[in-house]
Amino acid sequence: MLKQRPYLIETLTAIGLIVAPFVLPHLGFAPNTVNRILVWGLFGLGFDILFGFTGLLSFGQSAFYGTGGFVAAYLLTRAGFGNVLGALIIGMIAAAATGYLVGLIALRRTGIYFAMITVAIAEVFFFVEFNPLSDFTGGENGLPGVPMPSFNLGFTTIHFTDGWSLYQFIALCYFVGVIIALRIVRSPVGAILSAVRDNPLRATAVGHNIHGYKLTAFVIAAAYAGFAGGLLGVLQAFMPPDAFTFDTSGQLVMQTAIGGRGTLFGPLVGAAVWLFLQDFLQAALDLGATWKLVLGVVFVLLVCFLRGGIVGGLADLYRLVSGKRARKDAEAEQQAADAEAARQPAPAPMLAKQVEHPAYSGPILKATGLTKRYGGLVANSDIDFSVNQGELRGIIGPNGAGKSTFFKMLTCEIPPTSGQIVFEGRDITGLRVTEVCQLGLTKSYQVNQLFTGLTVRQNLTIAALAELRGKFRLDLFRKLPGVKGLTEQVEHTLALVNLTGRADTQVAELAYGEKRRLEIGLALATSPRLLLLDEPLAGMSPRERVETVRLLKSIARGRTMIIIDHDMDSLFELVERVTVLQEGRVLLDGTPEEIRTNAAVQEAYLGGVHGEIAA
Amino acid sequence: MISWPNLVSQLFNGLALGALLALISSGLTIIYGTLGVLNLAHGAMFMIGGYAGFVAYQYTGSFTVAVIAGSLFVMLLGVLMERVIIRHFYHRPHEDQLLVTFGLGICFVEVVRLIFSSQSQIVPPPALFQGITNLGFMYYPTYRLAVVGIVAIALSALFLVLYRTRLGMIVRAGIEDSVMVDSLGINVYRVFMVVFGIGAMAAGFAGIINAPVVSLTPGVGDDILVETFVVVVIGGVGSFPGAILGGLIAGEIISITSMFNPGYAYAMLFAAMTLVLVVRPHGLLGVQGRE
Repeated sequence: MLKQRPYLIETLTAIGLIVAPFVLPHLGFAPNTVNRILVWGLFGLGFDILFGFTGLLSFGQSAFYGTGGFVAAYLLTRAGFGNVLGALIIGMIAAAATGYLVGLIALRRTGIYFAMITVAIAEVFFFVEFNPLSDFTGGENGLPGVPMPSFNLGFTTIHFTDGWSLYQFIALCYFVGVIIALRIVRSPVGAILSAVRDNPLRATAVGHNIHGYKLTAFVIAAAYAGFAGGLLGVLQAFMPPDAFTFDTSGQLVMQTAIGGRGTLFGPLVGAAVWLFLQDFLQAALDLGATWKLVLGVVFVLLVCFLRGGIVGGLADLYRLVSGKRARKDAEAEQQAADAEAARQPAPAPMLAKQVEHPAYSGPILKATGLTKRYGGLVANSDIDFSVNQGELRGIIGPNGAGKSTFFKMLTCEIPPTSGQIVFEGRDITGLRVTEVCQLGLTKSYQVNQLFTGLTVRQNLTIAALAELRGKFRLDLFRKLPGVKGLTEQVEHTLALVNLTGRADTQVAELAYGEKRRLEIGLALATSPRLLLLDEPLAGMSPRERVETVRLLKSIARGRTMIIIDHDMDSLFELVERVTVLQEGRVLLDGTPEEIRTNAAVQEAYLGGVHGEIAA
Repeated sequence: MISWPNLVSQLFNGLALGALLALISSGLTIIYGTLGVLNLAHGAMFMIGGYAGFVAYQYTGSFTVAVIAGSLFVMLLGVLMERVIIRHFYHRPHEDQLLVTFGLGICFVEVVRLIFSSQSQIVPPPALFQGITNLGFMYYPTYRLAVVGIVAIALSALFLVLYRTRLGMIVRAGIEDSVMVDSLGINVYRVFMVVFGIGAMAAGFAGIINAPVVSLTPGVGDDILVETFVVVVIGGVGSFPGAILGGLIAGEIISITSMFNPGYAYAMLFAAMTLVLVVRPHGLLGVQGRE
């Protein structure tokens, strides 16, 4: 939806904001109502980045709305600060700073914990505003007398007063807010935020510091909330204490869900529906306080049946109408692309990340005494393991031999109970999976860990960004194609795993074999020097196996790989050496030929039956 | 000013509040632990328990009948809610579960407001527990003492159900791994329904027991819900003993801080929660790995 002609959405927003004062009065909207909708919409822009794009549902946004609002209102009423816009910006900064501190605590946990903590925090702010800080905030009286903005242009002064005059100021603020929000969601950071929502585990594993990005989203949401809170005071000429109530947070959540999360404009639409229904039910139908019940029921029904809210529903409808033709085109294109791919020679393998220590020539990976205990269960016991630069190593072993645990320890997903892991001469024991991936060591998962809500191209982009930008960077306003080398790397990986024709398909719609290739592609896109593959052939058809083995051979050039698999024929054809694990220990280490004929290995797999048959 | 009788009296208040919070939180925590759904309508369940009891009291004049009717009504409401709506959300993301229960909570509150208006209603304490008791060194309202006893009995009953019955064993197994329980041939979804009913009943029971202490308003559950969250975060999500420990801690913090300045009660509660999150992110008695 956000990926059409450049500046289309910006232009449409501007037109909509300019036309609104001429159209909305005829629909029964008072200027004050429109202004309130815009303030909620601005508040919601930040919240949608946090909830819709990053997947963090906070019930505590009132804390920042109130903070920004009261700081701005205090400056303008009690402190004698004259510049309205300046006060709004200071309020925004105060809210963002508060958001940073609160985020440090709230983001220690995710999911429902996060929701509960934000509720508690917002409630604390409410009580603090009412009691200890009531000298500054006016307690339950609020802060009356917030002035309207005015700008001195030298030759003349523009005063924004009531109604549609103030609308111009608020609409301008909203427009700037939309432009900034669009830049953020289209930036590399925006791409990573949606990865955090979709699959935080994999976002971490491909080398992003997701805690940092979550905190970024939280601070952005707080900043928007703070500015909107300040505008509320300006709009009402009075800073009401109920900006801090839990109801404010709740209303924001409901409006966003009604309008449509992850759309940026959903909160605005939700606010329009909310305020319109409130006025309509109260005034026109004389329903009194029942309006909230009606809205509550509408909300529950929308959550149950229309997950994307109003904007999401309209987008689905649009896709349904225009989608059939597009799909036919896409299918034809896909077939053509497949035929094309069959004729083309395999693409040249992508180069691994440049080696940082060219002088280093020892084994690329060396594990000594690696042990993992889960209570009494010993999954890995005293494993010594060493792989040379450029080697292709296979690991086999019966189910439960501890192969996957071993891989998880090597990539630092789980810490070993004891032992040491050295990657390119550097001790990586105890590092985090993100840092290890940044060093050039990653793995593809036994069970697919993809960003299922995103397209194939977006998946690979997220992985490639980790390598090109490092684990954390705040390039909030850079355009995605502006990242140097990104397009090339993504296109190359697409070609390598033969998904070029499916680049803009949602992962959820891929066939299993394609998902499996994308799983390898995600690991590849981070340009690892050492790539671990956990059962890359699992669940594939014989034909897919042949193709995947070819793919693995082609990516092995210039790269060290360790592969776990149960498909001995394919594995032995692929690798130079094989390590056999059994019951958490290294049973044997040798060439495929030695392993094939070894009696102990046959014993491990067949449980000694072989010996009896031989006898 | 602070005096010994005052302090002891506040400690008792904290105990009564803490016991109630413990009961409500155990309801919330066993629902979350078993079903994986955080019920944001739990505060509304507490409130509805109070009102259902109030109605029963109006008709019969018996507090005992009010307690039984209030609890049963909320249990049925919980079962109904699970059957009609919640069960469709087990496989949807956490955010959707939060949204739908949040919306339901608002609907419940507004329905009650529609029927009973926003005016506060009063349920008198039962005749047996009216007046004040002389504890030797101070006088204390008899009903508040009784609340501690009644809630202790209710928690013991819940404990017996959870730790001494077949159902309880299934529930505790479900908290550990509901997929495994399902594959062992136990109909997890029926257990879910029962657990949701019991969890809601715990809140409803607390609601009617609490009604004589504070007057009833449709918003009475909102603050309780927030306090319950703090209790669960302190104690550890999904942990029954954690809910009891967290409830008592939270109750005492609120009461003792209120003695100095009620405005700081939530700030102190929050400070305690932050401390727990920093030192033990999974709660005092929580298990690592549950989100």
